[in-house]
Amino acid sequence: MSGTVIEEREVVRSARSPRRTSGFLHRHRWLQLSGLLSAPMLWLLVAYLGALAMMFITAFWTTDPFTNDVIRVWSLENFKQLVSDRAYLNVAVRSVVVASLVTLVCAVIALPMAFFMARVVRPRWRGAFVVAVLTPLWASYLVKVYAWRVMLQTDGVLDSLLRPIGLSSPGFGLAAIVIVLTYLWLPYMILPVYAGLERLPDSYVDASSDLGARTARTFRSVMLPMVFPSLVAGSIFTFSLSLGDYITAQIVGGKVQLIGNVVQTNIVLNLPFAAAVATIPVAVMVIYLAVVSRTGALDNL
Amino acid sequence: MRASRRATLATVAGALVLVAAGCGGDDSGGTTTATGGLRPPKLEALKTLGPGEGQVNLVAWAGYVEDGSNDPKVDWVTGFEKATGCQVNVKIGNSSDEMVQLIKSGQYDAVSASGDASLRLIAAGDVAPVNTALIPNYKDVFDGLKNQPWNTVNGVNYGVPHGRGANLLMWRTDKVSPDPDSWSVVFDPSSPYKGKITAYDSPIYIADAALYLMATRPDLGIKNPYALDDKQFQASIDLLKQQKGTIGEYWVDYLKEVQAFKSGDSVVGTTWQVIANVAQGEGTPVKATLPKEGATGWSDTWMVATKAKHPNCAYMWLNHIISPEANAAVAEYFGEAPSNKLACAKTVDPNHCAIFHADDEAYFSKVWYWNTPIQQCLDGRTDVRCKNYAEWTQAWTSLRNS
Repeated sequence: MSGTVIEEREVVRSARSPRRTSGFLHRHRWLQLSGLLSAPMLWLLVAYLGALAMMFITAFWTTDPFTNDVIRVWSLENFKQLVSDRAYLNVAVRSVVVASLVTLVCAVIALPMAFFMARVVRPRWRGAFVVAVLTPLWASYLVKVYAWRVMLQTDGVLDSLLRPIGLSSPGFGLAAIVIVLTYLWLPYMILPVYAGLERLPDSYVDASSDLGARTARTFRSVMLPMVFPSLVAGSIFTFSLSLGDYITAQIVGGKVQLIGNVVQTNIVLNLPFAAAVATIPVAVMVIYLAVVSRTGALDNL
Repeated sequence: MRASRRATLATVAGALVLVAAGCGGDDSGGTTTATGGLRPPKLEALKTLGPGEGQVNLVAWAGYVEDGSNDPKVDWVTGFEKATGCQVNVKIGNSSDEMVQLIKSGQYDAVSASGDASLRLIAAGDVAPVNTALIPNYKDVFDGLKNQPWNTVNGVNYGVPHGRGANLLMWRTDKVSPDPDSWSVVFDPSSPYKGKITAYDSPIYIADAALYLMATRPDLGIKNPYALDDKQFQASIDLLKQQKGTIGEYWVDYLKEVQAFKSGDSVVGTTWQVIANVAQGEGTPVKATLPKEGATGWSDTWMVATKAKHPNCAYMWLNHIISPEANAAVAEYFGEAPSNKLACAKTVDPNHCAIFHADDEAYFSKVWYWNTPIQQCLDGRTDVRCKNYAEWTQAWTSLRNS
């Protein structure tokens, strides 16, 4: 009898410290929550928001024109220059157009591919298709873009394929940039759409055909609205990644410059101006996300 | 939803306030050339040469620091490493702007700066004066390269000359005929090679346009392609805008230019001799020449960074690269005139120095070394204000995006 009491007390005593801590935290929930969130919040505040804030503050400074040292005096000179020179408006518009085209072409290619993967392929083989779509992501970015450079160049692969039918490779330029960016970001568009289509219950399609709709009508009225949030999710990737891209423009763009190139050439010796230019894609993305959330697509993700 | 949005805004505002509090408000201590001459900060040169620190970090033009990895026969680094124990780490700078930025980072010991970078580095205090008494090979450098405006300021020497050369015109011999001898082939708006012309992607290329105008538009009165007033500058930019319509690609990475000529995407344009050599080595039929209007060029100086962590090895490298053997090897590989008189006897091709006009000052009077454009006109005019490099950069960005 007494043996068990002593053992019980020892058990309780040895379990006291962790019990105490968990009891304390249970009573002070906010402490528990902040402890859990401290690491990610620190990352979000310092590494992410802090870095962005630092960049925007730099946009209000200037540089010494000869030594290129940053002068920490507040001024709106960089923004004035951005607005006054038409070239920056041109490059911003061009970048938005490229990003939109890439998103559109990605969506057009991804939808049939994802549909095939989600609804036509036998469930056994779906995994293999997903792996096939994901495999290019393992290859280095630079390797892929340089491979496209070789394909696009005069008398390259595209030329030899298209010459027999009277066309020729687009060469280096805007078309090349759109082609390469579409190729690079296609997996990011296919996967969300595939996930969305896979989630679509078969009963909806059956019900639609029961009600007399043909395939096209079913697709338009039942599938597309349900897969729209996935398309939007994919488009956020393709749009934002294309908006900031500069390496592809450098390698296959010929003499075309996108907003990322302007930032890159100025970040070397005129950091404040590069920071000012960088506010443009941020503003564009904020507007894009606002429009997207307005459509309600983000609520259904 | 509303509470979390307020919290987010508060967080962002908090971050901004923190960052703003930590910086801003103080002027830079840099010296400018807004009015009077160049006023570099007072810095000390190394007084005595100590033992090597084991490694040296260099910023160099492509082809200047070869250790056999590109071509096993091209190597003047391994011997240096064995003799001094200083392991050489090199970062290739594709343009003067990039080199200025790299040196400012404080992670490198020495840099092979062209004239459009050297003055900026000197003015900002990023490079220190060089004590030439510690560099035994300096005495054999051509007199025409010593104490020049781009490497010596107020009598203080900031580096040792590496060599000099010109930006040449290169073309595919099988796609361009007849052999061009003038820059008109790249500036002609109705050129038969439209869409396959290439040019150097840097604001300093404006000087090439100005150089062409010196010969074709004497009415503009351009005396120095780096000293351009409003009217001359605008004329150069207009010429470049017109050229842009015929350009296929602008190059800054020398290997991309080699590849572009090899594939035939570019058939004519500005180049360095080393690019022509590498392209020929890969079997591409190209030739390069100095056109009759003259050309822009460079006279490079090896400088030691103020924040150099390995100054002794840096001085040892400076002495090595201007030694007769190494200078001859790099001059032949890159295709430029060496800076050391004794290197001419060590080149594999005995005529190298003659071909590259190593001590032909008259030839180099037709070559306009890269220089940093400043407000006080470099040609001596005091009645007008010339465009400075910041304005060149702005105009170049504008041109590239118009």
